[in-house]
Amino acid sequence: MTSALDITKGINALKEQIDAPTAAFFSSCVHCGLCAEACLFYTETGDPRYTPIYKVEPLRRIWESEYTLFGKLKKILGLAKPVTDEMLAEWEPLIYDSCTLCGRCSMVCPVGNDISAMIRKVREGMVAADHAPEGLIGASTRAIKIGSPMGVRLKALKAQIGHIESDTGLTIPIDVEGADYLALLSSMEIINFPEYIESLAKIFKQADVSWTLSSEAFEATNSGIQIGCSDIARELVQRVVDGAEKLKVKYVISPECGHAYTAIRWDGPNLIGRAYSFKVVHILELLDELQQSGRLKTSGSLDKKLTFHDPCQLVRKGGVEAQPRRLLEQVASNFIEMNEHGNMNWCCGGGGGVSANERADELRIKVFNRKKTQLQEINVEVMVTACANCRLVLEEGLEENNMDIPVIGLSELISEHLVEDGEKNE
Amino acid sequence: MNKKTLFELLQQQGITRRGFLKYCTALTSLMALPPAMIPTVAKALESARRPSVIWLSFQECTGCTESLTRSHSPTVEGLIFDYISLDYHHTLQAASGAAAEHAREQAMKDNYGKYLVVVDGSIPLADPGYSTIAGISNLDMLNETVAGAAAVIAVGTCSAYGGLPHAAPNPTGAVSVSSLIKDKPVINVPGCPPIPTVITGVLAHYLTFGSIPELDELGRPKVFYGQSIHDRCYRRPFYDKGLFAETFDDEGAKKGWCLYRLGCKGPMTYNACATLKWNQQTSWPVESGHGCLGCSEPNFWDAGSFYQALSIPDGDYARAAGYAAAAGVAVGAAAGFVHQKTKSTAVAQHSEISVDDFSLNKD
Amino acid sequence: MELFSNANDFLLWVRGDAFNIALSIFVIGVIIRVLEIVLLGRKKEYSEPRGSEWGPGLKNIVSRSVADSGTFKRAPFVIVVGYIWHICFFIVLLLFVPHIELIHAMLGIKWPGLASQFIDASTVVAIAAMLGMLWHRLTHPVLKFLSTYEDYLVWLVTFLPLLTGYIAFHRMIAPYPLALGLHILSVELLMIVFPFTKLMHAITLFIARWYTGATMGRKGIES
Repeated sequence: MTSALDITKGINALKEQIDAPTAAFFSSCVHCGLCAEACLFYTETGDPRYTPIYKVEPLRRIWESEYTLFGKLKKILGLAKPVTDEMLAEWEPLIYDSCTLCGRCSMVCPVGNDISAMIRKVREGMVAADHAPEGLIGASTRAIKIGSPMGVRLKALKAQIGHIESDTGLTIPIDVEGADYLALLSSMEIINFPEYIESLAKIFKQADVSWTLSSEAFEATNSGIQIGCSDIARELVQRVVDGAEKLKVKYVISPECGHAYTAIRWDGPNLIGRAYSFKVVHILELLDELQQSGRLKTSGSLDKKLTFHDPCQLVRKGGVEAQPRRLLEQVASNFIEMNEHGNMNWCCGGGGGVSANERADELRIKVFNRKKTQLQEINVEVMVTACANCRLVLEEGLEENNMDIPVIGLSELISEHLVEDGEKNE
Repeated sequence: MNKKTLFELLQQQGITRRGFLKYCTALTSLMALPPAMIPTVAKALESARRPSVIWLSFQECTGCTESLTRSHSPTVEGLIFDYISLDYHHTLQAASGAAAEHAREQAMKDNYGKYLVVVDGSIPLADPGYSTIAGISNLDMLNETVAGAAAVIAVGTCSAYGGLPHAAPNPTGAVSVSSLIKDKPVINVPGCPPIPTVITGVLAHYLTFGSIPELDELGRPKVFYGQSIHDRCYRRPFYDKGLFAETFDDEGAKKGWCLYRLGCKGPMTYNACATLKWNQQTSWPVESGHGCLGCSEPNFWDAGSFYQALSIPDGDYARAAGYAAAAGVAVGAAAGFVHQKTKSTAVAQHSEISVDDFSLNKD
Repeated sequence: MELFSNANDFLLWVRGDAFNIALSIFVIGVIIRVLEIVLLGRKKEYSEPRGSEWGPGLKNIVSRSVADSGTFKRAPFVIVVGYIWHICFFIVLLLFVPHIELIHAMLGIKWPGLASQFIDASTVVAIAAMLGMLWHRLTHPVLKFLSTYEDYLVWLVTFLPLLTGYIAFHRMIAPYPLALGLHILSVELLMIVFPFTKLMHAITLFIARWYTGATMGRKGIES
């Protein structure tokens, strides 16, 4: 049986992706090489093939030969370098294994090229040409067929909810029509960090937030975005939109996950081709807002020296930078920033589907050296982050390097410092 | 033939030996020779015999002759000029008609192989009728006269490079002497007009050494044309400091600042005006407040406005840019349309991808 | 110089026809390239914006000129030499009086120029910076790897006007009309090559920076 995906489809997909910004970016690159210095895959390996702008060469070739007169002329004269199946096969590891779509190169490029956005575009071509990595194909397939990239079913979620409810006495609402907020979860939270669900329940109870989970749309992650296939991404976004609209919620809360936020907040409406009937907020945005409005009260703080790891998708792609810092101010007395933080933070090495791509494991562990160096510079006892994937990758990397630094979610940290009922009455 | 030597002639005119030696010193330095050469120059000039000179005037304005003859008081340069045996010069000679032409033919016959031909004015090639002398076309007269000459001195920019008659659209097909005469030495003494001292200097060199001076690639004697106006200009320090006159009556002009912005062609003009000056060293164009026109350079009439800085292109660039912009917009819009079509075709050809399409999911 | 009977004819040609040809190619090419870019357009955005596009887009045009401290520490050579080169180049291009005259004649605007010794020093520094950048490109692993013939072509056509300008200014080639003619010709070469190469970055970087600034601004990201 032959694949429905081939190089012709790949090239066609690349043609579909090129827009005015892409053309401006390629026209502007002077090969200064600074994007390499912004990419942990280059800085930690010294391999020039990991230079971000080099990774998007397939897209550049299509742009030049299809979207410039001069390039068309070169193509007619046989001077243009074509994009072939072999080329895409060679580029596949560059596009998937050595890029976390962290967007740091896009912040550094002196001519202002959004290189990571172009890598995302190249992934569309890679998928259409059947050059996606096995790990991401598996995740996408599970997401579409089972409902979660990690294969988590509703049954598993309900079991976790059952545990939490019996342990804490809290109620986790499901399918409450007309609730204000629909909370989404990432599979990783359901399986690895159920304490996030517990934290939400505690916080929302105190802040008196009307919320619910949906049995039809609980999965926030979007493997389609990671593998780089709009068609798959659209289907996954549509499930959330349908779930939210069915329950008539006003808001959808993106959980502590990076790409889930950009997928539902920024990409989603474009994928389905219309604006939502609800608003999307990241949990940190909501917590910040609750705190600002006085609905969320904390007492005491963690005295250990800690730092915050900005999830790339939240800070550089999502625009959530000030909120975690304001929240930390309330619950951490010894918060210290890494030398490069906020929108210049370094990626954990596992974003953009890299952590789901087993082939890239060795490289990912190697480039974790960047984060290790950052941590050694400030010597902290605890790390806080706001993305389950970052958290898992960080934990693995720290363990690999024998660094005994616990990683906790910010929502969890907040929930640990909620003012108790008794205090509230004072 | 006049057998008197130059020195005898000068004495006759009341020039003392002291005055003569002073002239020799000036001449030696003018010709960029070491001071040790002064006695040689003096000796050569003392004993030099009057050479026969035939002066041909073609398409010219007589300005060059005026330059040479318009000395208010007798000068040594003037006397040098007087000293030569000017056997034919139809503006200056008394004879006319057949007698004049006879004088020329006689001089050629008597001094065959030894006489000098001085030419001012360009030669029309489009139609000989544009300029004739005694019914003889300029071209014929030039060829005929030069045949027995020792050397040719092209005096003035018209004869050296074509000058004004050669300026676009050059209706008469005017050309320079050097473009026609290939078998005799041709010394170009350009300028519109040339500095009198330069003309006599060239003659003096020929008299002194019996040979022609070293020439540059444009056939000009290097001693007089080796340096540009700009390099020897007394206003050069203002150029270096960035101080320029911007109009002919602004503060800068009054302070004597550089005239580059007013179109001075000094940087590209090779001549001795800045050092020798004009009218008994009274002044020269830049000193009088006007930029150099570049009159001793080929095509100076065609090198754009005299009042436009040298760095400004002299074509109709505004028109070129206008057409180019219109063409750019038309082609760019068409290209943009084609690219949009390429993209919309790609979008139309998109077939929705499902996870089942991956070959990995088909095994 | 078989084509020209003398250096003055050559200068006349470079200041006349050659300039018009180069200017036409430059203008046509640049307009085509810019239209090709902007006419491609962007997809309609359906997501609810957090911030505006115009302000952050314009801000990014300016702010991208300053490198972040981390990148500066990792690649000081590119950044420092890049700054030196661009500053010196623009000093020479925009503050040398003959150049101002040209701009004034063509665009009708003018400003005060600098004294020659500053222009001269800037030219020397710019030439040194370009040689340094070439050396860097030939030796740095990333640049060596990334560079194509185009990078070296662009370097050459940028370098030649500086070199010939220096030669003409110091009258190191005689006669001067030849020196000046070579300088103008090298600029014409630059103008002709410009629209077809990454020299276009001088124009498109404003578009690129704007798009990125606008995209980020819309999401409330500090770019």
